[in-house]
Amino acid sequence: MEETKNEKTLLGFWIYLMTDLTMFAGLFAAYAVLRTNTFGGPPMRDIVNLPFVLIETLVLLLSSFTSGIAVLSATLGRIKSMVLMLCLTFLLGASFLGMELYEFHNLFIEGNTFQRSGFLSSYFGLVGTHGLHIFAGLIWLMILLVFVARKGLTKGMVRKLTLFGIFWHFLDIVWIFIFTFVYLMGAAL
Amino acid sequence: MDIYLYLCLFDGGSIMKEYYKQIAFYSVGLLSAAILTLVAYILTQIHVNSYHEVIPHAVLIPSVLILAFLQMCVQLVFFLHITNKSSRWNVVFFLMTFGGVLVIIIASVWIMYHLNYNMTPVQINQYIQDQSGL
Amino acid sequence: MIGFIFGKLTWNDLPHQWFTIGGTLSMMLMGLAAALFLTRTKKWKWLWKEWLTSTDPKKIGIMYMILAGLMFFRGALDAMMIWLQQAMALGASSGYLDPSHFQQIFTSHGDIMVFFATMGFLTGLLNLIMPLQIGTRDLSFPFLNTLGFWLYVAGAILINMFFVFGGEFAAGGWLGQTPLTELLYSPGVGVDYWIWSLQISGAGSLLSGINFLVTILKNRAPGMKLMFMPLFSWATLCSSILIVTVFPILAITLGMLTLDRYLGMHFFTATAGGNPMMYINLIWMWGHPEVYILILPSFGIYSEIVSTFSHKKLAGYISQVVALILISLLALMVWLHHFFTMGAGADVNAFFGITTMFIAIPTGVQILNWMFTMFRGRITFDSPLYWFLGFISTFTFGGMAGVLLASPAADYQLHNSLFLVAHFHTMIVGGALFGIFSGITFWFPKFIGFKLNEKLGKYAFWLWLIGFFLSFVPLYILGFMGATRRMDHYTNPAWQPLFMTSVIGFIVIALGAGMQVLQIIVSIWQRKKNRDTTGDPWGGRSLEWSTPSPVPFYNFAIIPRVTGRDAFWEMKEKGIVSSPDKYEDIELPKNTAMGIYVAFFALVFAFAMVWHMTLFAILGLLGIIVCVVLRTFDEDTTYVIPAAEVERIENERRQHGGD
Repeated sequence: MEETKNEKTLLGFWIYLMTDLTMFAGLFAAYAVLRTNTFGGPPMRDIVNLPFVLIETLVLLLSSFTSGIAVLSATLGRIKSMVLMLCLTFLLGASFLGMELYEFHNLFIEGNTFQRSGFLSSYFGLVGTHGLHIFAGLIWLMILLVFVARKGLTKGMVRKLTLFGIFWHFLDIVWIFIFTFVYLMGAAL
Repeated sequence: MDIYLYLCLFDGGSIMKEYYKQIAFYSVGLLSAAILTLVAYILTQIHVNSYHEVIPHAVLIPSVLILAFLQMCVQLVFFLHITNKSSRWNVVFFLMTFGGVLVIIIASVWIMYHLNYNMTPVQINQYIQDQSGL
Repeated sequence: MIGFIFGKLTWNDLPHQWFTIGGTLSMMLMGLAAALFLTRTKKWKWLWKEWLTSTDPKKIGIMYMILAGLMFFRGALDAMMIWLQQAMALGASSGYLDPSHFQQIFTSHGDIMVFFATMGFLTGLLNLIMPLQIGTRDLSFPFLNTLGFWLYVAGAILINMFFVFGGEFAAGGWLGQTPLTELLYSPGVGVDYWIWSLQISGAGSLLSGINFLVTILKNRAPGMKLMFMPLFSWATLCSSILIVTVFPILAITLGMLTLDRYLGMHFFTATAGGNPMMYINLIWMWGHPEVYILILPSFGIYSEIVSTFSHKKLAGYISQVVALILISLLALMVWLHHFFTMGAGADVNAFFGITTMFIAIPTGVQILNWMFTMFRGRITFDSPLYWFLGFISTFTFGGMAGVLLASPAADYQLHNSLFLVAHFHTMIVGGALFGIFSGITFWFPKFIGFKLNEKLGKYAFWLWLIGFFLSFVPLYILGFMGATRRMDHYTNPAWQPLFMTSVIGFIVIALGAGMQVLQIIVSIWQRKKNRDTTGDPWGGRSLEWSTPSPVPFYNFAIIPRVTGRDAFWEMKEKGIVSSPDKYEDIELPKNTAMGIYVAFFALVFAFAMVWHMTLFAILGLLGIIVCVVLRTFDEDTTYVIPAAEVERIENERRQHGGD
């Protein structure tokens, strides 16, 4: 009974993530179409800071790794290692978000706000939505940590942590494409 | 995905063995993904620093896309365990969605390119072509 | 401070025009009447316990049908106002509606009919029928089911709330064309009401789509392979996959428009690098598959109807399944035919014109299979079959109009004319709506326990059919003559007779709808005479007919084991329909009010967003999060009925036989 519940929940959540992926596709499409509409402002290659974004990317990748180990530890009952990995994931994720906000701040003070042009709107829309998902994930992680502390590591909690892990990995996969399409290709084109 | 349920059945010393085996598995994923990221980054930096000369556009763009695709596969296999037997429907839905994503993006770019070209006054068209790199 | 709490809301926004006062008063009176009735009959608690907090898909399905019916009536009122205006406003007269009001009416007519009436009827039928057909007791995610329903309710409330607060609705067409719906050209709250009610009900639809999909993949009865499923369940599967694929596109496109309106971004604005054509591209990427989402379940219904009333196995089951899948795939590749004239050029237009014409092929396969099923069958002409025959005549007619429109060259002449309007109404009314009526008549005895009055049903059908042709054939002709859609005023006097005919057609349809209401009332009056005592009043072929009527809350006392298609027909042939000797414990989900609470907070959040009421927006969002968290950490969500109790209920039902 519990197994079938796990199967259904995992499948249902995976399908939800696929709908999230479709949503990101819409944002990618908008970015692809609007990316040259700079309305007199600077194009992507003038405002991108590649080394900074590389660090951001590696930070998020590492947090995806730690979240995977956290879920692994949870399923094997290794609570201490799980808590350590979850806290690392949180710190790395928060750092990623901090770096992104710093990037946005730098753009704002030069007048490159999301109101400036279609290009900047689509950039902030895409990267911002990803950042919002990261933010939601961090909140979710905090709630999970609180409940694990109170309820211990039940089968239900392991399932919930597994769902979080899948969500977090998914966000890193989306980031691969943001990194490639927005930043790398933005710098090159 | 249900690898986690399968793991719950282990006990005692075999847990530690399984734990380290899985950590190794994840680490392979992490390293491959990091390498793919760095390669893409380096290629792009060379391209930019050499003013698009050492690696021309036509080489860089496909390479970077392929690297991204490979990294996605690495993360799907090593982090999301998509090659597990219990993940069959997940693969089906992922492939469908990925196909959908390609259609959405490529079709939009194709359609909007034509619309923009046809619907823009002649003088502005020239200005836009000068502005964009593509 | 006032701004933080009340946003843009002021005393001026309360009703002060004839239609806002009228609308507000009618809603208040209806609410009052319902409240009085419930108080007099002391049924508040019963309503809450038995219906509102239920997780039973049968109950949720019935609630969907009732609300969809109400919204259908609301959309029909809009239609009546359009018809009257167009019949009156020729030449010198300018009708009784001013242009901006007229625009709001056709906008709300479209949105209400698509999102709330048709999607509502559909989701209701899917909830009611699909679980029984695949031999399960519930959907995979009972909480998401009730949440989806209440989000739908919240959207329905929000789309009517402009009567009370604000007095204006969106005027950009049912899909909100940019840049008209951008802040510069629509600074009022109308477009915001439109955005948020669509987002909320869209979220509900998405959740339902995921639910149906996982249910079909994971909850089927043992032995029921996908290729043994009834066609209606296949149609549900295809429709759900389409929902899951395209509703996110709607969400993000409306989201980008929201960013434009609320944060001054430039996705679709006319200046600063925005591209309004991109909005049209994205919104139709959702919009076209949406109409296939609406029609596929009706195709499934027709397959059930035709095989049942021909007393014959459905011809070409495999080709029917393949056709459904092909239609779903093609539906995702044709969206540009909605904007051939926007200027993409010959290459692009040709590609999409060809794909659009291709869709006629699997649809044709479906129709041919239905015809082959009826050939040499022993046909009983009951009213569900009438609706199917009505569908054949109207849908083929309108479908051919569609193939004509699929040619870009022809479409340049006919785009946005009344020809187009007639075409898509033929598809939705003749296709989806007739299917829904057919299905309601067919499955009514299963869920309510008695058949609907056949004679009145047949009268209603004829009124609808004749009224439909009277209403829409003039529109086809007017379209050819050059009449553009969405115009509140025309100058060619030669058109007036055609508009008048159309109004007469509307009156006939209204009589037909009235006949349906009468049918329900009379049927309730005659319920003892028409009671379904066997559970199988029509000679059905699929599993839902193996249950008693009305269906017990646990659906099946014993989950059946399936060995082929037309599972129930097989059981009847082999004589396996006897009472089992051993019962098992049954686990069912408990009732929950969390769906109502989450939807309530969603409504608060959306209303606050419309009026820029920051405080309430934050409160609404927090409320949603808190409720969802509480629900997900609630471990006690099911209850068990012991086997002995199941046995007792079953024996009691068998003893009382025909009651």
